[in-house]
Amino acid sequence: MDKVRYTSVAIILHWVMALLIFATWSIAIAVDDMPLSPLRITGISWHKWLGVTIFFLVVLRLLWRAIHPAPALNLAMPAWQEHAMKLTHLALYLLMLLIPIVGWLMSSAKGYTVNYFGLFELPDLVDKDKALGHQLKEIHEFLANGLIALVGLHILAALKHQFIDKDGLLSRMTFGGSTREK
Amino acid sequence: MKSKFSFHLGMLAQALLAMLFISAASSAYAVEYSSIDAAKSKITFTSKLMGSKISGSFGKFSGKVLFNPDEPEKAKANLIIEISSFNAGGEELQEEAKGKDWFSTKLFPTASYVTDAVKITGPNSLDAHGTLTIKGKAAPLLISVKYQLQGKQMVFDASFQVLRLDFGLGAGNWADTSAVANEVPVNVHLVLNPK
Repeated sequence: MDKVRYTSVAIILHWVMALLIFATWSIAIAVDDMPLSPLRITGISWHKWLGVTIFFLVVLRLLWRAIHPAPALNLAMPAWQEHAMKLTHLALYLLMLLIPIVGWLMSSAKGYTVNYFGLFELPDLVDKDKALGHQLKEIHEFLANGLIALVGLHILAALKHQFIDKDGLLSRMTFGGSTREK
Repeated sequence: MKSKFSFHLGMLAQALLAMLFISAASSAYAVEYSSIDAAKSKITFTSKLMGSKISGSFGKFSGKVLFNPDEPEKAKANLIIEISSFNAGGEELQEEAKGKDWFSTKLFPTASYVTDAVKITGPNSLDAHGTLTIKGKAAPLLISVKYQLQGKQMVFDASFQVLRLDFGLGAGNWADTSAVANEVPVNVHLVLNPK
């Protein structure tokens, strides 16, 4: 039986974005309690640069997926699990789109123009507004916590399929050759 | 005798009249501008944090300025800038700016700019040679100024660049200019009322 997997482009995008999301989130945790310093400013800048990159990549990924649909699921799983899977994937895509936009709005409201690797500046989306900036920060953090929780669920589900169900689901998203889908 | 006296009186009156007329005429042209319109005047600056511009301002400043458009080269300025009126970025940046690594507001509540010499460079422009003092450190500063009459007010505009490290702004880790640029472009918009 032929292996059923996502296209190479989709697989690369998936894993690159996984790394970027992990890095962006780690930086945010690291700088959160830091007093204002060059290190904090550098950290926040990298957080934004990676966040902007994630946004570009998720747009690219959705366009790619629109032309190259996900491969059919050739394994049996309870209907509720399949629903949960689809819902989780949808929520992940939405959050990957939303969180960078809210971050950009938040940065504008706090009076800091976002740039991309120091190459060019992004336009300020809203005027400086302290209260709005604070609200957007809360939303940005809430959504990011939601994303991380869903990523956790996503990883746990993948591990369950790999090691408990042993149904080779993970091979849909990897280049490995040995694991076969049952 | 009487006629001679009256002749002298007439001369004196004429001379007085002439003097009055001349002084009135000259004062009509040579209006001096010396009071700062605090509401319209502003000092703004731009800093760069990791490649992003961040603009700020000093809302409060005062001082003595004397400007006569007939004799621009005799212009004098002694501006006092209230550092506590620093406004840029968010709250934490605001607090940090007042701390000892930056403006050290408690020890140095004001900055000043005092002109030493003014040179005419064009019909409505001049070069002001002066001394800028921030955080107790003085450095010479040449400012090219353009001015023009707007209604009854004399409006001055100047752009120049300050190197923050020249004034010890950003001590310790902050000396790293890759996080916060050394160059700080400053814009001054000064509006003076006639005396």
